[in-house]
Amino acid sequence: MLRNIIIRNRYVDSVMLMSIAAKAKGWAGVEEVSAMMGTGANKELLSSAGLLADEGRAAAPMDLVIAVRAADEAAAVKAAAAVQEFLSRRPETPAGDAKAAPRSLSGALSAMPDANLLFISLPGAYARREAEAALDRGLHVMIFSDNVPIGEEIALKKKARGLGLIVMGPDCGTAIIGDVALGFANVVNHGPIGIVGASGTGIQEVSCIISNSGLGITHAIGLGGRDLKEEVGGISMLQGIEALDADPATKLIVLISKPPAPSVAARVLDRAEKCSKPVVVNFLKGDPAEAAKRGLAFSPTLEEAALMAVEMAGGQARPPAGVAPEVRLIAAEERARLAPGQNYIRGLFSGGTLTDEALLVLRDYVGECHSNTPLVPGMKLADAGKSVENCLVDLGDDEFTRGRPHPMIDFTLRCERIVREAEDPETAVILLDVVLGYGSHPDPARELVPAIEEARTRAGGRHIAHVASITGTDGDPQNRARQRIALERAGVRVMETNARAARLAGLIASKGAN
Amino acid sequence: MTAHGMADLLKGKPDVISMGLASFTESIASQGARAIHVDWKPPAGGDPAALAALDALQPFSEKIRQANDRALGMMIDAQPVLVDIRPAREVIPGMTDRTILHAGPPIAWKAMCGPMRGAVAGALVYEGKARDVGEAEKLAAGGKIDFSPCHHHSAVGPMAGVISPSMPVFCVRNETAGNMAYATLNEGLGKVLRFGANSPGVLDRLKWMGKVLAPSLAKALKLGGGINLKGLVAQALMMGDECHNRNVAATGLFLRAVTPRLLAADIDRETVGRVFQFIAGNDHFFLNLSMAASKATADTVNGITHCAIMSAMARNGVEIGIRVAGLGDRWFTAPAGEPKGLYFPGFSAADGCPDLGDSTITETGALGAMAMAAAPAIVKFVGGSPADAIRATTEMYEITWGTHRDYQLPTLDFRGTPAGVEIRKVVETGILPIINTGVAHRKPGIGQIGAGILRADMRCFRGALDAFVKKYAE
Repeated sequence: MLRNIIIRNRYVDSVMLMSIAAKAKGWAGVEEVSAMMGTGANKELLSSAGLLADEGRAAAPMDLVIAVRAADEAAAVKAAAAVQEFLSRRPETPAGDAKAAPRSLSGALSAMPDANLLFISLPGAYARREAEAALDRGLHVMIFSDNVPIGEEIALKKKARGLGLIVMGPDCGTAIIGDVALGFANVVNHGPIGIVGASGTGIQEVSCIISNSGLGITHAIGLGGRDLKEEVGGISMLQGIEALDADPATKLIVLISKPPAPSVAARVLDRAEKCSKPVVVNFLKGDPAEAAKRGLAFSPTLEEAALMAVEMAGGQARPPAGVAPEVRLIAAEERARLAPGQNYIRGLFSGGTLTDEALLVLRDYVGECHSNTPLVPGMKLADAGKSVENCLVDLGDDEFTRGRPHPMIDFTLRCERIVREAEDPETAVILLDVVLGYGSHPDPARELVPAIEEARTRAGGRHIAHVASITGTDGDPQNRARQRIALERAGVRVMETNARAARLAGLIASKGAN
Repeated sequence: MTAHGMADLLKGKPDVISMGLASFTESIASQGARAIHVDWKPPAGGDPAALAALDALQPFSEKIRQANDRALGMMIDAQPVLVDIRPAREVIPGMTDRTILHAGPPIAWKAMCGPMRGAVAGALVYEGKARDVGEAEKLAAGGKIDFSPCHHHSAVGPMAGVISPSMPVFCVRNETAGNMAYATLNEGLGKVLRFGANSPGVLDRLKWMGKVLAPSLAKALKLGGGINLKGLVAQALMMGDECHNRNVAATGLFLRAVTPRLLAADIDRETVGRVFQFIAGNDHFFLNLSMAASKATADTVNGITHCAIMSAMARNGVEIGIRVAGLGDRWFTAPAGEPKGLYFPGFSAADGCPDLGDSTITETGALGAMAMAAAPAIVKFVGGSPADAIRATTEMYEITWGTHRDYQLPTLDFRGTPAGVEIRKVVETGILPIINTGVAHRKPGIGQIGAGILRADMRCFRGALDAFVKKYAE
């Protein structure tokens, strides 16, 4: 049967009406539904569709005609009522929040034309293309992604240099620009010290020590781990030094790198020598004489470089060299609880440079340690999954992170290993780094404490010393103080810096021999 | 583009664009820095051939940029003005007594879709070349009619786009560049020639338009100079039109502009009344003016070497084709798409003809779907809420070279409409231009059955990109 229902003086746009009719078609008992304004042309359309009844024929142009052909009266009335119900409905999506995320660099640039930095954390295969386009548009680039071929890195950095721009990375985990942490980085104080670093955790540790000492940093320019290789030639580090030298807010510069290629180290130190401000050099295994002959301060450890920088920039004086008496006391306490045969340190690290620093520090206490990233080739672990004697494992190394999140984010691997090491009767100390800041796990203590408790259970009657450092600040989202308290409650000896934690571990394991 | 030196990077908080892990973007934004996250996907869908083509053009990007900038400037500066209404034969270049113009890329009679055949047959009867539709079809098939795309004659036509020699056409001059563009007068909705209807009533209306409507409007236009269409379009965008699928405000504005002249012209009162009523009774009267204005605008970029901006996009019901400013008159085609539509009572998608018409000249000229955010009343086509319309327009910024200066969108804080579709951007992002369109019945003689939207076809842009590489990078 056919029904026309007229709603007088009700204007609804035709597109809205057509969409309602489209919805109504699926209703039970309904053959055809149309809603149209009662204009002559529309009535003609309804008529040719066989949908115009007498009531509709009499409708005026500003009347709404709901035409229904249905199996019976009840279905027709129901359909007409449903159409009216649709008409009174408000849209579900609010009009705000409608701006879609841009889908490309140029889309983003049209929304933010004055953007000056592109941050790339895409799969490495796509990084070059986007970085190049960004350089063409006048943006600096930070490439967090790894797996970017070194040839592409060189081409990008050369192109950037030609344009007066910088490429931080690839594989650049950390930078702080204008007090904004990029990638894995901490919330540190603003202050007079600028950092240029080829190591993410190195920058984190140094900037945190500076900040926790009461000073702060202007910028930390990251480079990626390959910048000081022969092929790349330190392009970005030289640009970084240049920029911080020219930056009026920066009063002192710290340079951080794993062992640089000698030719590159010379070029970088030559440039540093020309700086108008003091420079502290932290090249792991670097030659102090090379720095000294250019009048540059040098330290092989992150901790000392940071404290040196603080002192030189007018902050607190460096504590006297050597181990503080209270630390010796702690070591003695821990040592007293060890059983015979518990001789070794088992370091389970998430930061590569923190591993390196600990290896260096421990040299003076227990000699060379085994590692998957050893200081000397002879100490390389045959199987990184199995500890041997004194042994520091970098769980952030490629072999552990393939197809798995980084151990700063995912603690599964580390927690398993904490328990496993406890089962070894030779384990005396478990040494940990805990890295806070943006990008890292929101609450590392929550992951570590149950594992440490489990480890105690597994060790049976044996006591195991748990020693950790926290790379972080109280401003970090995870809050350093809170992490410290949680770990200390679980019996962990928490030290101010990674180097100090290594020293404590060394004191315990060497049984005071040092 | 600003050159950012190192000092610029270190001057304060960085303004960051971030692609990859969203958590990094959130961290940056939470520290009070401006940060935009890119909803990134592998460029060109990861297609190595398309990526190679894009990379091949990389060394020429500066030349292309300059050409695109120049072209966009010419499009933005265009001032389309309605100056006259004349029979097609008298004004359209290359039009003879045996010419029939049609929409879209070139097509032969026997390949034409139903509505186009219906419109051609109707036009031949209208011209008096055939006594009825049957005879007209024989004539059309007999090889004595020259079929040619409107676009080859500075003209455009909605849907079937049929222009026959004695039909009156709007004559629009771009005052900036001096070029002309032409389009027929809009007949109304429903059973009309452009949708393939050709009943006696349809042809009678066309005759009245030729004998009464067009001369009256032409007389009116003689008084007080031309009517600047750009101004009307810009105002209509503020009033809820996107000037392709919605022309209510623009039609009203046009009527407001032309009525005093109609009254002042030497036309009898009854005729003025009928002319007024005809325009007032057709919410889409302005569509053909919007199209002619867009054609006059887009044609300015034709032939600019190294320019990768689309200069035309049109469909003939069988194929969709695009032209590119730097690639001359060549069409790059693909099969015409099926609109996702809303239908008049008694019809459904199954009855619809594949996408048809030159009206996508409006999208080419930064209107239509590009300006969807201006037209909340028709958001049902894009999903239902004003937010969907804003999203549609916002997405189009990804593939246009720039934004229009004068066509502004109130809902986007008066940002200009996305202007100048760039073929590299389309291929790289995989985002295809949205098209607003009407839907014709697939059989000749029936007419319009609905309206809807769809996307252009990637094959057009891939073909154009390959040709661009061949021409400029090899």
